[in-house]
Amino acid sequence: MAAEHTVKAYDEELDRMNNAILEMGGIVEQQLAASIASLARRDDELASSVITEDKRVDALESEIDQLAVRILALRQPVAVDLRVITASLKVASDLERMGDYAANVAKRSIAIQEIDPIRLTHAISRMAGITQGMIKDVLDSFRDRDVERAMAVWRRDEDVDESYNSLFRELLTYMMEDPRRITACTHLLFIAKNIERIGDHATNIAETVSYVVTGTPVEEERPKGDVTSFHQASDETEATAP
Amino acid sequence: MTDDTDGMVSLMMEEAGAPAAVPAAADDAGTEAPAPIRMRARDVNVFYADKQALFDVDIDLAQNKVTALIGPSGCGKSTFIRCLNRMNDIIDICRVTGSITLDDRDIYGRDIDVVQLRARVGMVFQKPNPFPKSIYENVAYGPRIHGLARKGRELDDVVEHSLRRAGLFDEVSDRLQQPGTSLSGGQQQRLCIARAIAISPEVILMDEPCSALDPIATAKVEELIDELREHYTIAIVTHNMQQAARVSQFTAFFHLGELVEFEATEQIFTNPHDQRTQDYITGRFG
Repeated sequence: MAAEHTVKAYDEELDRMNNAILEMGGIVEQQLAASIASLARRDDELASSVITEDKRVDALESEIDQLAVRILALRQPVAVDLRVITASLKVASDLERMGDYAANVAKRSIAIQEIDPIRLTHAISRMAGITQGMIKDVLDSFRDRDVERAMAVWRRDEDVDESYNSLFRELLTYMMEDPRRITACTHLLFIAKNIERIGDHATNIAETVSYVVTGTPVEEERPKGDVTSFHQASDETEATAP
Repeated sequence: MTDDTDGMVSLMMEEAGAPAAVPAAADDAGTEAPAPIRMRARDVNVFYADKQALFDVDIDLAQNKVTALIGPSGCGKSTFIRCLNRMNDIIDICRVTGSITLDDRDIYGRDIDVVQLRARVGMVFQKPNPFPKSIYENVAYGPRIHGLARKGRELDDVVEHSLRRAGLFDEVSDRLQQPGTSLSGGQQQRLCIARAIAISPEVILMDEPCSALDPIATAKVEELIDELREHYTIAIVTHNMQQAARVSQFTAFFHLGELVEFEATEQIFTNPHDQRTQDYITGRFG
């Protein structure tokens, strides 16, 4: 981090904002872990707690917004300080969305309890594991202003997308085999999609970290692994990728 | 080229072989051709007796652009701007080396008439300093002694035109015979700007022109600077970094007599290259 400002209160405000983001990230990381655990263990109470936690995430986002507006108005930040503030606004909004997706996973895990259990959650757990690692690493990269680590997260999202593709195909197969599974499988499909979206937001944060440090946006095109939108209903058994 | 009246003639700018010290402005990239360079400083060193105040400064002033000079007190920015119209000549112990050209002519050359030079490179100071004369006379004085306009009608036109360009005419048109010192601080400063432009300079130097003004008067002068650049090449020294960001296209950051960074203003204030620049503009100077 750069040297301290001549005006100490400025540093305190920036620190507060930074800490709020890390706190928010910590909660979101836990939310995702807990929502997946609630799905695996069929634990309604744990799922409910994830949904409740979302209020804290929203409150933190609002606190970060207010702090940013305050600093912009009172300190007229420039250069790296300005980038940190615009980045914080973006990261807070990414984290807020990630929290929403985790809460959605929790809601669906409650809905799914009543239905015939399918032994498929381990594929989702694996996908969630990668995503959780991404959240942790991207938050560390934000804290340490570490571009390399951020870009490693950015590239890892391809693994999440690939897991999502194979899960998508697997669930389609289940549904075709036994139409009674359609409801549960649809929930699982949405859960997988939510996790995949969480991974996307983690890559957004990675790009933001890179911008804070270098001052230039990430130019490279991110490898897009999610090809399910090209999947045709008639391609019953064929692979989705061309 | 020894006749000093040549100084009054705007020489055609040549794309001389000297290396360009002017950075590409972000808004100039691609579409617009880069603005021609009017003043070019190379390896400028300034000494006050034994003490060196500037070290090897290279700066270009581009036509119709505002170049802001920023930096902490004592960094040499005022010393530098005063080299551009040889105001440092009046300080006995001051010595300037290196080259400074106006339209490729060395302004420290033997053939240069300093009075003519200062007519081409005008200056506005920190504190408004109108002459103890009427508003009209403040503006008319320069054109009259430089022989630019003599007769009543002609002089009236120059005065009105200059006051209009300085955004002051409507405020003072009914009291041109009142003393210049009767105006408010902001009006006095615009009167000084009108006085500077009355003799049709090509370059205008401003040394902290707003530091003695309130925010509204400052905003008017800043608006004026932006309008003036359509006709002139402007260099401004300012302590106010936001002001540099608001009014200039290029910014030069000085520190301890050294030119640390000279870039498009947008670049300086969003992503400066040098850590010292970053520390200064973000308020981290220790």
